[in-house]
Amino acid sequence: MTAGTEAPAIGLTHMSSEDTGLGNRGPQSKSIVVPYGFWLFVLSDMVLFSALFATYASLVNATDGGPVTSQLFDRTTVAIETLALLISSFICGLAIIAAKRKNMLWTQMALFLTGLFGFVFLVLELTEFAGMIAIGAGPQRSAFLSSFFTLVGCHGAHVTCGLLWLGTMMAQIWAKGFQQHIMRRLLCFSIFWHALDIIWVAIFTIVYLIGTLP
Amino acid sequence: MNLFGRLTWDAIPFNQPIPLITSLVVLIAIAGIAIWVTVKGWWPYLWNEYITSTDHKRIGIMYIVLALVMLVRGFADAIMMRAQQALAIGASQGYLPPEHYNQIFSAHGTIMIFFVAMPFVIGFMNFVVPLQLGVRDVAFPTMNNASFWLTASGVLLVNLSLFLGEFARTGWLAFPPLSEKAFSPGVGVDYYLVALQISGVGTLLTAVNFVTTILKTRAPGMSYLRMPIFCWTALASNLLILAAFPVLTVTLGLLMLDRYLGFHFFTNDGGGNSMLYMNLIWVWGHPEVYILVLPAFGIYSEVAATFSGKPLFGYRSMVFATLAICIISFCVWLHHFFTMGAGADVNAVFGIASMVIAVPTGVKIYNWLFTMFGGRVRFNVPMYYLIGFMLTFVIGGLTGVLLAIPPVDFVVHNSLFLVAHFHQVIIGGVVFAIMAGYTYWFPKAFGFMLDERLGKAIFWCWFIGFHLAFMPLYVLGFWGATRRMQHIPDPTWAPWLDVAFVGAAIIGLGIVLTVVQLVYSIRTRDQRRDVTGDPWDGRTLEWLTLSPPPHYNFAVLPDVHGEEAYWTRKQTAIKLDQLIEEPKYQAIEMPVNTPTGVIVAFFASLCGFAIIWYIWWLAILGLIGAFAVFVWYAWRDEHEHIIPVDEVRTNARERRRIRMEHLHELSQST
Amino acid sequence: MNRSGWHRLGTTRRTIAATVVVLLTSACNRGILDPVGPVASAEKQILINSTAIMLAIIIPTMIATVVFAWWFRRGNTKAKYRPEWEYSGAIEMVVWSVPALTVMLLGGIAWIGSHDLEPSKPLKSANPPLKVDVVSLDWKWLFIYPDQGVATVNQLVVPAGTPVSFRLTSATVWNSFFVPQMGSMIYTMPRMTTRLNLQADRPGVYNGLSSHFSGDGFPGMQFQVQALPPDQFAMWAQGARGSSLKLDGAGYSALSRPSSYVKPMTYGAVAPGLFDAIVADRVPPGPVPPGEHNQPVNGTKA
Repeated sequence: MTAGTEAPAIGLTHMSSEDTGLGNRGPQSKSIVVPYGFWLFVLSDMVLFSALFATYASLVNATDGGPVTSQLFDRTTVAIETLALLISSFICGLAIIAAKRKNMLWTQMALFLTGLFGFVFLVLELTEFAGMIAIGAGPQRSAFLSSFFTLVGCHGAHVTCGLLWLGTMMAQIWAKGFQQHIMRRLLCFSIFWHALDIIWVAIFTIVYLIGTLP
Repeated sequence: MNLFGRLTWDAIPFNQPIPLITSLVVLIAIAGIAIWVTVKGWWPYLWNEYITSTDHKRIGIMYIVLALVMLVRGFADAIMMRAQQALAIGASQGYLPPEHYNQIFSAHGTIMIFFVAMPFVIGFMNFVVPLQLGVRDVAFPTMNNASFWLTASGVLLVNLSLFLGEFARTGWLAFPPLSEKAFSPGVGVDYYLVALQISGVGTLLTAVNFVTTILKTRAPGMSYLRMPIFCWTALASNLLILAAFPVLTVTLGLLMLDRYLGFHFFTNDGGGNSMLYMNLIWVWGHPEVYILVLPAFGIYSEVAATFSGKPLFGYRSMVFATLAICIISFCVWLHHFFTMGAGADVNAVFGIASMVIAVPTGVKIYNWLFTMFGGRVRFNVPMYYLIGFMLTFVIGGLTGVLLAIPPVDFVVHNSLFLVAHFHQVIIGGVVFAIMAGYTYWFPKAFGFMLDERLGKAIFWCWFIGFHLAFMPLYVLGFWGATRRMQHIPDPTWAPWLDVAFVGAAIIGLGIVLTVVQLVYSIRTRDQRRDVTGDPWDGRTLEWLTLSPPPHYNFAVLPDVHGEEAYWTRKQTAIKLDQLIEEPKYQAIEMPVNTPTGVIVAFFASLCGFAIIWYIWWLAILGLIGAFAVFVWYAWRDEHEHIIPVDEVRTNARERRRIRMEHLHELSQST
Repeated sequence: MNRSGWHRLGTTRRTIAATVVVLLTSACNRGILDPVGPVASAEKQILINSTAIMLAIIIPTMIATVVFAWWFRRGNTKAKYRPEWEYSGAIEMVVWSVPALTVMLLGGIAWIGSHDLEPSKPLKSANPPLKVDVVSLDWKWLFIYPDQGVATVNQLVVPAGTPVSFRLTSATVWNSFFVPQMGSMIYTMPRMTTRLNLQADRPGVYNGLSSHFSGDGFPGMQFQVQALPPDQFAMWAQGARGSSLKLDGAGYSALSRPSSYVKPMTYGAVAPGLFDAIVADRVPPGPVPPGEHNQPVNGTKA
């Protein structure tokens, strides 16, 4: 698929967007515009997480006599969680390759595995949460725990939304095939999914690794 | 379990005459309008041409109508506050008890910033930016429609608080711990939080849309340094939204978690830290000021160049100043709380950073000044606002720099001096620009001019009214008068408060005259038609097309050859006494209308309302509904409709004929 | 609108007639413009200096705005029309440097001023400072004099000419302690202590207030500062110890119930360590049922 066969951007068609020699060739095609807009959204999401990180950093010691980081976090579980999410992301990349080759079976399978590993991540996270709440270390216990549950939970909520999106995408690809606008959406999904990985790496480092330093 | 959460008949203010009567009047007015529209059979038109429209011009108009309506609401709050302060002095408690007065000033601030200034500014960006960029729509037209309806959803919830429950009594930024459940258990703060969260999503999507539009879809040849200055300011403003609004979402979200789930972010107990809220909210709050004022500067720049009959002085320096303000605005938030005791070094650094913003802002003032220099200044209404703004804003800047000096802030912080300062920059800066832009682009939107005499009367009402209303507050601030006082302790302040009341009443007259002007101009529209599409002798591309522009704006996207795309083209045409060669017309693809936005906003409102009143089943229903709409929207196949080439050609030839006549007039006059 | 409201409207004309007189007599000797101590004086001086520096730039700009607009009006045939003129390096240089230099000057003032007038910095004086612990309650001010062993409500008594060193906190929500004629305000925040140093040079009675909105009783948080000559202050403290009111657990619990427009009171004895206990949340404010905080005030009116 080349840029030449790309449908022009909605309502922005110049219909003759050859180079005018003026340094700017007019409105970009949709295959540029849509992911660009989605990237901006992802950036704003990063800002959202950075505010949550800032909140966590300023409240991490406000334990109000309750449990502290090193008593709560288990590096092994978190390592498995991280692995699940990274594998999920990797398979998501494979799904995009399969989709570009318009291979329905492999695309669907890869997307399913992407979702499965995402789900595994989510289950592990919820188990961790449930365990903490069970020992009285729920988000209502202290400002530190409030910020922990919010930061990690917000990432988890993003993963959940991603899974809903993924399911919708799979159904859509199944029903409608590899149409251009669906391919664009799939690309946006993969941007989203990889971005969640980046955020998770930050959480893993700032919350879990630093939190369990001796 | 109660099916309706905490919503009971007690929520309706039967025992409070003011909100009860107001809500009845509003309900009757809404019902009246609905009946009128039904009788006239306008619903299909409204539904097809506005409510579901993806046309950036229509969406822009809806934003501005929304803002005008909310301006009336916000002003009603303002005049009630001024009346209370003029009355409740010494022994008298006035006519508003504290719990009502406190809702009014909270609602006034919230509404004026989020639901008047923001929709106005976003409305102008919607209407103007694609036209100035020489393109046919924004990058994501459907999302644009959804953004508008999400804003409207926030508006709906805020106004609903008038007759169901109460609004926040905590000020427009709802500082904890006062806004925590322990101290504000009612639904007021929840209305505030939910309404802002929903409209905040709309605003964020707008920013995604406009940054993409400006950076990725411009007419051929329009390089960055050929973009009209309003587009530059719109870009800067949207970048600020993109970076600042997520922080607002987080801040309000954390407060919601405190209130709904018993978390401890800002509570007094559990290790919560209310100073954190103060920092977070101002990390959003200070850029917010520039989100509003940068597009205002853009409007002034367009007005200055157009009505001086020459290009903007120092265009590049203006662009640089805009971006400088954009960046520095993120480094100054602490100046909103020098009195928290952060220490001399921190205070001084943030104080100086705040002053640094005055440099690019000052440069802008001088650039407008030198735009007039050597010009042929026409004193139309927008020019009145420009000059009124320049005179008013420099004083606002002065008081702003005073507030940025920590030792001065130590004695005027939170005082009426501060209130006067920010009204001076918001009214003198943003509102004047809004009024200028409204007058300037009205003929482009509707094809006829607003009445000039009434327009000038409105200007004088705002200008005189503003100074009468707020200059006394500077004085009272020096006397130690603080803000948000339901009762005034010192009887000697009375004369100044009376003057302030009179000033507010004069502004009110200006708002009434705005309505009169609109009605009168509509009734006499046949005498005030703008047939040429270029009533002000404009310089940017929106004046190239007809007034009102066709749905697709331009039959062929213009090729841009300089900083002032349209002006250059016009001058060449006048010199040669002919238009450019007729291009080859082609069919145009435009996005189809969609009810997605309004349906999503409906579910968002439902969900928001349910969250406010703890009606959990309804909240879940709302979420499911929104998701269903999302899937349904994703499933549609038809995204565009085609405007046939014949229609394009016919319209374009008609435009060329009109242009040709106009051109002959111009050529003969020079 | 209640009856007194209408009554006030009726007297508006008389008020306006008296306006001129009031304005003339009161315009220059009020609030922060009438400082009574070193902090307030220095702050007023910075206020005036900075305003003067900026006015030197702003007034010519305002005049130029009007003059340029008028001279270059379209009807003026004498004005030279230069439709292409849009850039001048020299002017750009000037318009960037003028605000930049002004801000550098003001930045210097801000830097020095911030450090000289940092609220937590003790004031230089031959006299040892008087210590006062301030607690903002719903909606009144509690002043504890740890060295004198007494406490007052809504009335702060200090010796003139002696620095006062405040520690401040809040028992409920944020407030801001502010005596305009003495200078700097500072927030009072729950679970936190802020510090402030002020001084009144001349004896007199000065108004104080909360300048951070704190709920429905907020306008009733006015208090008075009495600056007495030092010998009289000692006498006052002596007399205060004779008061029968005691600020112990029960006394504090009663006091911390929400009320507004509270008349000044004096406590003859204070439970030791009360201030620190409030900061540490060891004495929660009296048993306030949730929801009563932000409710209509039925407090006594002064």
